[in-house]
Amino acid sequence: MTRLVYFAWVREKIGKGEEEIDLPPNVVTGGDLIAHLKTLGEDYAEALAHEKVIRIAINQEHVEHDEPIAGAREIALFPPMTGG
Amino acid sequence: MAATSGAARVRVQRDAIDVAAESALLTDGRRDIGALVTFTGLCRDEAGRLSALELEHYPGMAERAIGAIAADAVTRFSLLGLTVIHRYGSMQPGETIVLVAAAASHRQAAFDAASFVMDFLKTDAPFWKKEHLSAGGTGGWVDAREADDAARARWRRDD
Repeated sequence: MTRLVYFAWVREKIGKGEEEIDLPPNVVTGGDLIAHLKTLGEDYAEALAHEKVIRIAINQEHVEHDEPIAGAREIALFPPMTGG
Repeated sequence: MAATSGAARVRVQRDAIDVAAESALLTDGRRDIGALVTFTGLCRDEAGRLSALELEHYPGMAERAIGAIAADAVTRFSLLGLTVIHRYGSMQPGETIVLVAAAASHRQAAFDAASFVMDFLKTDAPFWKKEHLSAGGTGGWVDAREADDAARARWRRDD
């Protein structure tokens, strides 16, 4: 099981802030994870429609979409940041 | 949650920020600081449209991301002290959202460090703003600005 956490409009559109899911073996990278989640339902598909915009963090560190996610304890998906 | 790395003090908190007290913490008892630059970011309204901003953050990663930026700044600008505090939760126009206070021997390093920290914080620290409107309801999530990416890019260097 992998812990997924969502923030801002990604969280609102998916309808939850976190969940634990079993990832199929063909999910290797962060980009694969987004593609997989989009098959789980309309809410996911809408939240992640613009894949390139979605930021990914593995164990609270920023990564690119082609980064392998093997061994990740926590994977976060969120929109571009707007703090400050 | 608080974190200290080198000369940097980083905090992410719900409570209001006391800018004067934080500045004093950096300079009290010091004889070597020649420049203290403080940047204060405020919740801003335009024409009475906004009632409040809601700041969402990624607990843990927010502190780590700001901590990394602050540590870079201390090294890059040879700072004698640096405090970065970012709030989360709901805040009204006029309230302080973020404070960066950079202490150095000379003014240029302190000015540059404050700019550097803010430019990276805008694009790299996991915070998101949602607008709540005076007319009721939400104005939605604030969009990231390309100008912020450009501001960050100007610090890139080849070393």
